[in-house]
Amino acid sequence: MNDALDVTLRLLIVFVVFLTFPLIIGQTEHKVMAHMQGRLGPMYAGGFHGWAQLVADGVKFAQKEDVVPAGADRRIFQLAPAVALLPYLLVLLAIPIGPSEGAVGEVIDAGIFFVLAVMGVGVLGSLMAGWASANKFSLLGGLRTAAQLLAYELPMLLTAASVAMAAGTVSLPGILDAFEWWWLPWQIVGAIVFFVAGLAELQRPPFDMPVADSEIIFGAYTEYTGLRFALFLLAEYAGIVVLCGLTTVLFLGGWHGPWGADGLGWVWTLLKTAVLAFIVIWLRVTYPRLREDQLQKLSWTLLVPLSLAQIALTGVVKVVIQ
Amino acid sequence: MAPLPGSGLAKGLAVTLRTMTKKSVTAQYPDTQPDLPPRTRGVIGLFEENCTVCMLCARECPDWCIYIDSHKETVPAAAPGGRERSRNVLDRFAIDFALCMYCGICIEVCPFDALFWSPEFEYAETDIRELTHERDKLREWMWTVPAPPALDPAAEEPKEIAAARKTAEKLAAARAEPQEGES
Repeated sequence: MNDALDVTLRLLIVFVVFLTFPLIIGQTEHKVMAHMQGRLGPMYAGGFHGWAQLVADGVKFAQKEDVVPAGADRRIFQLAPAVALLPYLLVLLAIPIGPSEGAVGEVIDAGIFFVLAVMGVGVLGSLMAGWASANKFSLLGGLRTAAQLLAYELPMLLTAASVAMAAGTVSLPGILDAFEWWWLPWQIVGAIVFFVAGLAELQRPPFDMPVADSEIIFGAYTEYTGLRFALFLLAEYAGIVVLCGLTTVLFLGGWHGPWGADGLGWVWTLLKTAVLAFIVIWLRVTYPRLREDQLQKLSWTLLVPLSLAQIALTGVVKVVIQ
Repeated sequence: MAPLPGSGLAKGLAVTLRTMTKKSVTAQYPDTQPDLPPRTRGVIGLFEENCTVCMLCARECPDWCIYIDSHKETVPAAAPGGRERSRNVLDRFAIDFALCMYCGICIEVCPFDALFWSPEFEYAETDIRELTHERDKLREWMWTVPAPPALDPAAEEPKEIAAARKTAEKLAAARAEPQEGES
């Protein structure tokens, strides 16, 4: 009975985090992006500086008609948003935010494997949407998504492998237990490659060719309306939470901080995640969209070699310190 | 020395970060009213006391949005045995702001300073007929006309002030001379 209660409570907390954090990041994006462009952003919804803008957006989406195009593959089309969104919920379950047993949804021994494999599934949602919409723009978006997945999954996996090598374990809490501060400079290249590749996998600007709204309407999501469209958007922001959380856990030492590590570990995790989320927004505002071929070039000629070099460096250092 | 690779990217990040820390200049319009300078082309006010029904404004108006009706009245002779004078009396003065294109030509051509720009701009209506402002409404706008901006420090004296000053000086001189002769 107590076990069941424990599990229910954990799932509930993870679910609440899953529902609120993406909205917080979305609202932050509204405001940060606005101020970076010399605007104010939403100011009315909710009364105080438009804090309820995304709630209002949600209400709007819920009111809209859910249209499925006549030529679409109906079931796949309707299933796609769930496939895009749910993996991030599962990943969130495995991310530890504090050192104790209670600070993680579920301890998974092969954490890195689980997390990266499930994140890859999320991209399938866009592929399904692109194919099932029976729309040329959607298909183009879906194909670009596929190309992007192929190009960026590799450097992401390689850099994650580098951290696993350094820690000697693939469990996420295990990696954090083994973390030392000098891992930061040691794995910095891997961290940057992982973060950039993660951004590309989330199709965030400047890597948003699959949804490039000025070229192919909205890519795979062109035909979506109402709540299903909102779910895709939510998946993007949940993806930011997951990516920033993962980068924090793998490369920035998660709950380790220069001081006050006892009991306040989760504050450090959240703080680092928030800073990374800010960087995600910052990059979006600053850089223009890469062209499709530039995107592939960046991955294959820069990120993959860099991640291989990182693995070599990790291996060498690991052997030397033993 | 060639710039470091990636320095352009860093510059871009610096620009957006600097913009974020600056205060935004957006004016929250319905909450805060804009501070408009005098002669802003908001609405046209009629100072009907100055109007002589010369019809210049109505004739110069490019889209014929000024309606003027008047009649003549005779004024009894000022001096005994003199001729009776006739004078124009304004019956109707209306501007259709649905037609007006805010060119300001009527204000420019008015020789008697009877038309003025007022910065008031919130007079939208749900019925287009309401946009024809009649004489009394146009007179009311006059209260919202701000004083004209001050002249530049080294500017020439305005002609009417110069003329008035000359006359005053002449009068003063004429009054002073006989006094000197008496003493």
